Amino acid sequence: MITHAGSGHPGGSLSAVEIVVALFWDVMRHDPSNPHWPDRDRFILSKGHAAPVLYCALAEWGYTPKSELNTLRKLGSLYQGHPDKRFIPALEASTGSLGEGLSLGIGMSLAAKLDSRPSRTYVVLGDGESQEGQIWEAAMFGGDKKVDNLVAIVDYNRIQLDGFVDDIMSLEPLADKWRAFNWHTIELDGHSIPALQAAFAEAERTKGKPTAIIAHTIKGKGVSFMENNPKFHGVAPTEDEMKRALAELN
Amino acid sequence: MQTKTKLELKMGVATREAFGQALVELGRANKDVVALDADLSKSTYTHFFAKEFPERFVECGIAEADMIAIGAGLASSGKLPFAASFSCFAINKGFEQLRVCVAFPNVNLKVVGTHSGISIGEDGPSQMSIEDIGLACSLPNFTVLSPADEIAARALVHAAAAHVGPVFLRTGRPKAPIVHTAGTCFTIGGSFQFNGAQYNGGRDVTIIAHGLLVAEALRAQETLDNEGISARVIDMYSIKPLDRDAIVRAARESGAIVVAEEHLVATGLGVRVAQVVTETNPCPMEFVGIQDTYAESGTPAELMQKYGLTAMDIAAAARRVKARK
Repeated sequence: MITHAGSGHPGGSLSAVEIVVALFWDVMRHDPSNPHWPDRDRFILSKGHAAPVLYCALAEWGYTPKSELNTLRKLGSLYQGHPDKRFIPALEASTGSLGEGLSLGIGMSLAAKLDSRPSRTYVVLGDGESQEGQIWEAAMFGGDKKVDNLVAIVDYNRIQLDGFVDDIMSLEPLADKWRAFNWHTIELDGHSIPALQAAFAEAERTKGKPTAIIAHTIKGKGVSFMENNPKFHGVAPTEDEMKRALAELN
Repeated sequence: MQTKTKLELKMGVATREAFGQALVELGRANKDVVALDADLSKSTYTHFFAKEFPERFVECGIAEADMIAIGAGLASSGKLPFAASFSCFAINKGFEQLRVCVAFPNVNLKVVGTHSGISIGEDGPSQMSIEDIGLACSLPNFTVLSPADEIAARALVHAAAAHVGPVFLRTGRPKAPIVHTAGTCFTIGGSFQFNGAQYNGGRDVTIIAHGLLVAEALRAQETLDNEGISARVIDMYSIKPLDRDAIVRAARESGAIVVAEEHLVATGLGVRVAQVVTETNPCPMEFVGIQDTYAESGTPAELMQKYGLTAMDIAAAARRVKARK
């Protein structure tokens, strides 16, 4: 998909695969035949550059056509470079400018509480994205206002565009930061579906606090030459690399 | 030198206070109305709403970017949120969020800016919003409204609520003279031309203004009449979308236009009117507003005088533009 587009973000899409799969297949209440069902759970990909992983989930569930996935980033495609509600109405948010999704998620969670609906909101954040100040404005709000129908998942793959997060602007101690903002905080292997399932269940049981899940992941997970390689943050694999990658993933 | 005028306008409440009153009315009529504020509710008058509907009031703390995006999330889930702050903070600190979370996905969030322009007085330029109209109008999908008095403010709050899509409503700090009569109809995309019959139909010049400068324009109109210059005054409260027909008519019938506003001339209503005039019926224009500068502390009256925003300045511009016809 990204090879066909000629540009895109393979590394950060692969690191979030299990998070997205656990949510869309095991955790979230949603109905592709009724995408605007008021009681649905909300998913926001705040790290919007990982759009390909979200597009695959939406297409697999039938929200959007699978046959057009290879039109990613082409003129007129549903599958815009970053998620765009104008093209896919089933999306909860248009994202791509980093740092804004957690605040949007708070708004959706507050609306659910005001209407006494069971909806929960799940926001996937990038680790580099967590350098944005607005994330911490939202973290302060979520903890203070006890927005316990909200879960933030940090895809902690430790690489951002210019290199390793720790070389650019370390987030550590990251779990302590979320705890200090009064979030119930869980650290786990972000590629373990059972660990993710257990954490989302724990989040749902946790009252009076929102939950932050620090998901330790590997950028480019599953493709040996992409794993932990900053080059594949925002560069499309060549035709040859794509074939090798698909062989490894399959 | 004060402009000699017999025009007596009754003082009303500030447009920000009228907003606060109208928001409570809306809240009573519609349970989906939610108010957000960033630690300025006593100044923006959302505290009226907070008192009556505490469960629907979202105090965001001093975090305007977060507030705008939370408002966008509420709107995306079917709420009718009004997010309020001083115009300079709502627009400047929340601009990126207004762009990506509100304008781009065309989300139904209403943003209300108070303390607009330099008439806030003593607090000085860090709190004075003089760029907000240019910034808000630059956002596709946004409607931008600027009421002149409490009557217009109340009506435009209701018009904003009825409109589906993002709106920026610009209100002011000081009490505003009442220029409109109760029951006047205000619509998005509309304008209000004052009865110019007693001023010979306003055949010599048109003064287009918004906000507090509408009252100044009416005072200038009287002054000009005493000199034998027939001026008409239009309250262009809907800055985006503009009432193009009213502008074209003014250009055709009076052949000279002054635009007056408490905003930077470089990016305010004036340039938007000039675009319509040059596209349709070119005529001489003059612009009364804040030049390429920041103001300072002082009383509102002192500042309006020093920065050239009085009836006297409008009348002088009208004489200049008439001479260029």
